[in-house]
Amino acid sequence: MLLETRGLTAHYGQFRALFGVDIAVAAGECVAIIGANGAGKSTLMRSITGVIRNEPAMVLHWGEPIGARSSAEIMKRGIAMVPEGRRLFPSLSVEENLLIGGQARKADGPWSLDAVYDLFPILRERRKNAGTALSGGQQQMVAIGRALMSNPELLLCDEISLGLAPVVIRDIYAALPRVRAGGTAIVVVEQDIGKALAVADRVYCMMEGRVTLVARPADVTRQDIHAAYFGEAA
Amino acid sequence: MIWVDTLAQGILLGGLYALFAAGLSLVFGIMRLVNLAHGDLIVFAAYLVLMGVTLLGLSPWVAALIAMPLMFALGWLLQIGVLNRVLGKDILPPLLVTFGLSVALQNGLLEAFSADSRRIPAGSLEGASLDLGIVTVGVMPLLTFVSAIAVIVALNALFYHTALGRAFRATSDDAVTAGLMGIEPKRIFAMATGIAMVVVTIAALYLGMRANFDPSIGPARLIYAFEAVIIGGLGSLWGTLAGGVIIGVAQTFGAAINPEWQILAGHIAFLAVMLLKPRGLFPRAVD
Repeated sequence: MLLETRGLTAHYGQFRALFGVDIAVAAGECVAIIGANGAGKSTLMRSITGVIRNEPAMVLHWGEPIGARSSAEIMKRGIAMVPEGRRLFPSLSVEENLLIGGQARKADGPWSLDAVYDLFPILRERRKNAGTALSGGQQQMVAIGRALMSNPELLLCDEISLGLAPVVIRDIYAALPRVRAGGTAIVVVEQDIGKALAVADRVYCMMEGRVTLVARPADVTRQDIHAAYFGEAA
Repeated sequence: MIWVDTLAQGILLGGLYALFAAGLSLVFGIMRLVNLAHGDLIVFAAYLVLMGVTLLGLSPWVAALIAMPLMFALGWLLQIGVLNRVLGKDILPPLLVTFGLSVALQNGLLEAFSADSRRIPAGSLEGASLDLGIVTVGVMPLLTFVSAIAVIVALNALFYHTALGRAFRATSDDAVTAGLMGIEPKRIFAMATGIAMVVVTIAALYLGMRANFDPSIGPARLIYAFEAVIIGGLGSLWGTLAGGVIIGVAQTFGAAINPEWQILAGHIAFLAVMLLKPRGLFPRAVD
């Protein structure tokens, strides 16, 4: 399995945010993780990417324990992150923001500066601008492009639609099939259930730090999702 | 005419202060670390160059070239072994640690080299001067100033035109997200401190060739460096040069009026800039 978490727990001081979360992502797969605010989705992403350190065996990459590794080590193994809130570097131009994504990991693959500009043509026009001078949607494109520059095996997208207009969200989601076509597996963390179900092969629903549902989108009903999402029957 | 001469001397003296300050500016710009031992590290490097000259019989330039990688290694180890452990949200622990390092360095140098003042012999360059028409300037101050510009051009090129510079700026912006890009912030910090120590060696070479030094003069060099960095705007390298020049010019004019006013005039210029521009002359847009 490309990525697994086994009994993953996480704490913020006294507050326990995750209670034994098990998820798995196969190579080339697209997995959605849905849940309300505070369900633990972003904590899960931060734990996988080493921002929060864990017990080594709680996170496995091709079966190898990586739970205690640093963010940089995990990224170099091919797990790239589009962080919540985009987190572009204000001192860097658009192009420099993209270049820094591919600086530490040299891997063969379809993604290069030109390929990212082909995926999001507006960024080519804005390449000299400061990353933070762009609109929210364009910043999200830079954040996705930046993560792709390392030609990752797995792309983790944390709340990429948050705060964006529907038409912009549509453009950004339209790029994901091309990312998959390049062989990259994707995890999308979403509050927008419709968007998540439309792109995912499998969906995990989280509530209060636990996984409450694992299913294929075609196999679940609205009632199942509602119960897993809010903890009550529809 | 004498005022033109004083102005020229002041600008050239500013080059030395800019060299003192460039390393401090670099480290502060990247990791928001104020290294209170910076002045003592300059003095330490001056003794290292002096040892190359007196023990190995090298020319000061060759001795400085040999001292540079040694100082780089020292900076790297200092950052990895000590400073990285205390960097965090609280700015007090690194201040205390570098203050302690400053005291330890001064006493270590005193033990090793005594309190006698020393000088790096520069041969015929010491008294050489150059007639530029309206003013006559010393070759050594001119070399210092040219070196300061070269250092700042080089640091700017490193910052804005290399992958390492990109990593420096990204880490300075947001170390957690830089980690997600595969950058190890602690290694970047170590690299920055290593490079700062190379600049410190250049500053030490000119400090030692232009004037006498002893183990106790580090803190005063730190103050000049600090003032230059703050006048220029924290994190701006060209601003640091401007800050050095302002202090240098103020000091030479102060000394021209009354020799006792030299140091005071520099500090007054610093306070005047702070009154008019509290964030310095060229503050970074993002802070």
